[in-house]
Amino acid sequence: MTMRTPPEIGGMGHSVPRKEDPRFLQGKGNYVDDVKLPGMLHLDIVRSPLAHARITSINAEKALAIPGVLAVITGKDLEQYNLAWMPTLMSDLQMVLPVDTVKFDGQEVAAVLATDRYTAADGVSAVEVEYEPLEPVVNPFRALEADSPIVREDKEEKTNHIWHWEAGDRSSTDRAFSRSAVTVKEDIYIPRIHVSSIETCGCVAQWDAVQEKLTVWMTTQAPHAIRTVIALVAGHLGLAEHKIRVISPDIGGGFGGKVPVYPGYVLAIAASFLTGHPVKWVEDRMENLMADSFARDYHIAAEVAARQDGTMEALRIKTVADHGYTDAACNPSQFPAGLFHICTGSYDFKDAFVEVDGVYTNKPPGGIAYRCSFRVTEAVYAVERMADIVAHQLNIDPAEFRMKNFVKPESFPYRSVLGWEYDSGDYQGALERAMEIIDYPALRREQAERRDRGELMGIGISSFTEIVGAGPSRHFDILGIKMFDSADIRIHPTGKAIARFGTKSQGQGHETTYAQIIAEELGIPASDITVEEGDTDTAPYGLGTYASRSTPTAGAAAAVASRKILDKARTIASYLLDVSEEDLEWEPGKFSVRGAPDRARTIQEIAFAAYTDHPLGMEAGLEAHSSYDPPNLTYPFGSYICAVDIDKGTGEVKIRRFVAVDDCGNVINPMIVEGQVHGGLTMGLAPALLEEMVYDENGNNLTGTFMDYLLPTAVETPVWETDRTVTPSPHHPLGAKGIGESATVGAPAAIANAVVDALWHLGVRNIDIPITSAKVWQALRDAGVDE
Amino acid sequence: MTTEASQPAMVSIRVTLNGTEQEASVEPRLLLVHFIRETLNLTGTHIGCDTTHCGACTILLDGTPVKSCTIFAVQADGREITTVEGLAAGGVLHPIQAAFTEEHGLQCGFCTPGMMLTGVAFLENNPDPSEAEIRRAISGNLCRCTGYVNIIKAYQSAAAKLRERGA
Ligand code: FES
Ligand code: FES
Repeated sequence: MTMRTPPEIGGMGHSVPRKEDPRFLQGKGNYVDDVKLPGMLHLDIVRSPLAHARITSINAEKALAIPGVLAVITGKDLEQYNLAWMPTLMSDLQMVLPVDTVKFDGQEVAAVLATDRYTAADGVSAVEVEYEPLEPVVNPFRALEADSPIVREDKEEKTNHIWHWEAGDRSSTDRAFSRSAVTVKEDIYIPRIHVSSIETCGCVAQWDAVQEKLTVWMTTQAPHAIRTVIALVAGHLGLAEHKIRVISPDIGGGFGGKVPVYPGYVLAIAASFLTGHPVKWVEDRMENLMADSFARDYHIAAEVAARQDGTMEALRIKTVADHGYTDAACNPSQFPAGLFHICTGSYDFKDAFVEVDGVYTNKPPGGIAYRCSFRVTEAVYAVERMADIVAHQLNIDPAEFRMKNFVKPESFPYRSVLGWEYDSGDYQGALERAMEIIDYPALRREQAERRDRGELMGIGISSFTEIVGAGPSRHFDILGIKMFDSADIRIHPTGKAIARFGTKSQGQGHETTYAQIIAEELGIPASDITVEEGDTDTAPYGLGTYASRSTPTAGAAAAVASRKILDKARTIASYLLDVSEEDLEWEPGKFSVRGAPDRARTIQEIAFAAYTDHPLGMEAGLEAHSSYDPPNLTYPFGSYICAVDIDKGTGEVKIRRFVAVDDCGNVINPMIVEGQVHGGLTMGLAPALLEEMVYDENGNNLTGTFMDYLLPTAVETPVWETDRTVTPSPHHPLGAKGIGESATVGAPAAIANAVVDALWHLGVRNIDIPITSAKVWQALRDAGVDE
Repeated sequence: MTTEASQPAMVSIRVTLNGTEQEASVEPRLLLVHFIRETLNLTGTHIGCDTTHCGACTILLDGTPVKSCTIFAVQADGREITTVEGLAAGGVLHPIQAAFTEEHGLQCGFCTPGMMLTGVAFLENNPDPSEAEIRRAISGNLCRCTGYVNIIKAYQSAAAKLRERGA
């Protein structure tokens, strides 16, 4: 991409150093747990040790006897205020605190309010709760059996089935299957995982009884939506939206885990409201792992129908989605299974049908993303695994197989059989580039040689299509609120600027990239632009940052608002230079008179004039707002190739090389884009080889610490080799697409495909992720390999 | 129960924090990380777990990296503590801080203080480390954002800067 601005301006394409770094490097970030207010109390939570039980008694006496313990709050207390239950974003109900039964191991049971966090913890251990155990429902297939215990006795319908959702044409797909030469079926489980941002969740709630105003510092990716939710849930208590200020300060990683409303937030707010003191609640890691939203947990049965020559014709997917005890996913309202119907991926399927059934079990609620757009990793994983299985079964090279089935570059905009309109793509180009970097033919030759020597080496490809930037208001809303996003830009008299957005960075570097967009459009140096987000009292309303939507929505809003400013600047320039607007030429930073380049006004001079010498009849000042409603989603894509070596003796999988070619259209800051890809790849590696939330048959969580829930360290993480192709989005004002999550979406299938590729000749068709040494070792033994 | 009996005796301790002497009286059970963050109000040291895995709380105790969530404040009595706030001197970033921003070794910044302090001690003992040595050195510091690639580059670049400074 050619750059329009010089480095001093730092518009698009420049690796501008990040504005947020100086404070983070010097310990001057301001994360929620850093907020300390006079008189602040601490809230801690008593949690259930059982997955399903009736609470027979809660005795707070001993806790209340501890000096410094001020109150113990139970579900019965909240019930009086009609606050024991709260709505989820999917219009289900979630308990703030239980009134009678607990539904998962680690569930909130009571809250202790104390003068400091140690005393609060003492209080938690002193609260005595008696339970009568109930039979837990752990397996979602068991949950669907007629004689299964019911998880949600509170609901009228006595069933664990939450909803059925489907897309595509069932009968045409069935017909395609019945006439097809080759059909391939595989059961694929994508386990429950957890985002585990290094900062856990928490808040400080401050109710000011005099001003009647609530301020909440909160680890949230969507402060504006949260404010509206608080107003809707607590409106009956007198909390009106203009009296609520949500501040999302620096956030230590989000990845989807900081979108939902957790009971702890509500309890802190309620406690502050009742006591008049500021109240802090910050969960520890075990609470975070055991009770905060999970991701994935899809049991997928996938089928592909193909011709003998390897042309894929039809895709049929049936999925059971384990949602835990309530549907607290964070999907757009119209999509209970998210954007799972992107599952035809990069391939030109003529027929497809996909159905998902949501199920209650005695596990924590969630169904959020894990650094991915709504359920897109599940979709991509399924189709990329299936593509590999079909290719292997037909004895066609997986790269050749993909080339044959790709949506062709000339087919864009491409309408998928499941209803999406892909904006742009060159899937072949990305795969070719990845094959070139890794020298695919040489790698295949090496594999053959090694196999002859009895060694296990595998090569896996994943050519994914992402779908991000929700979303067009016709289809995308959360609780009815359309999923636009906003920018407010104000140019000060001296030509410096402040810009505010409805999104909220959690490490993505918005303060830098948004400034670069404005620099690109207006020629004001990025270093002269302050970017703010996260304070609902000052920032414009927006739906927040998740699902890679910031660049597609708020980034677009920054461009559109800048262009409004430029229009006004042009009028002012024509007035100052006394020529008609048509006679002006723009280059980033100044307007000059066509044919007389010496007669010019810089954007800074124009800004000054906007306050001091503007045309009669024009409003003073230079500012603009945009609430951007994207006409379509953006469809980033890429091709990843992974080469693994497997130790026959131990089953250990070693990633030897991993080449990632991404395409996110035009790039704002290459350094940041590459950083996002590195992080995403590592969060793709994690579920592929390490991470899984495990429950025993009683519903006990066995992975409640970092000792058993294994985040990749620098030792397990391979060297990521990254590169890019550039296929701009035709509808985004900057030609950009989202990038934060592509790699998380694409990577797991590349790794799993590589492992199975190494073992296929031994009869192994699939190993469910996480592919641990133990699973591979077992597969090798089952195949009769002994060493 | 008698409230007095349950009140733990307070212990008075004295530490040198980033070059300045500090005295305070603390509960014996107070973790060093809370002492630094809440008693002394330096919030650059973070907390990311309860099992000594994440390293977000790493500080230097007499020059050695220590996970401050896993030791009591009283154990630091009479000792020298360096936190992230003590890295820059006279308004100039420490080479490792400069390297982290140049190499984009941080995103959300939550792991960064611990990552850098581990690095300061590591590079002192190993001024020209291999990539594998760096990976091992930071295996007790988790980062969820960066994928470690740029953190490793930052270590390498900081090592070069420090060697130059020492030369
Ligand atoms: S907070 Fe100390 S190691 Fe995690
Ligand atoms: S930069 Fe976010 S955890 Fe490391």
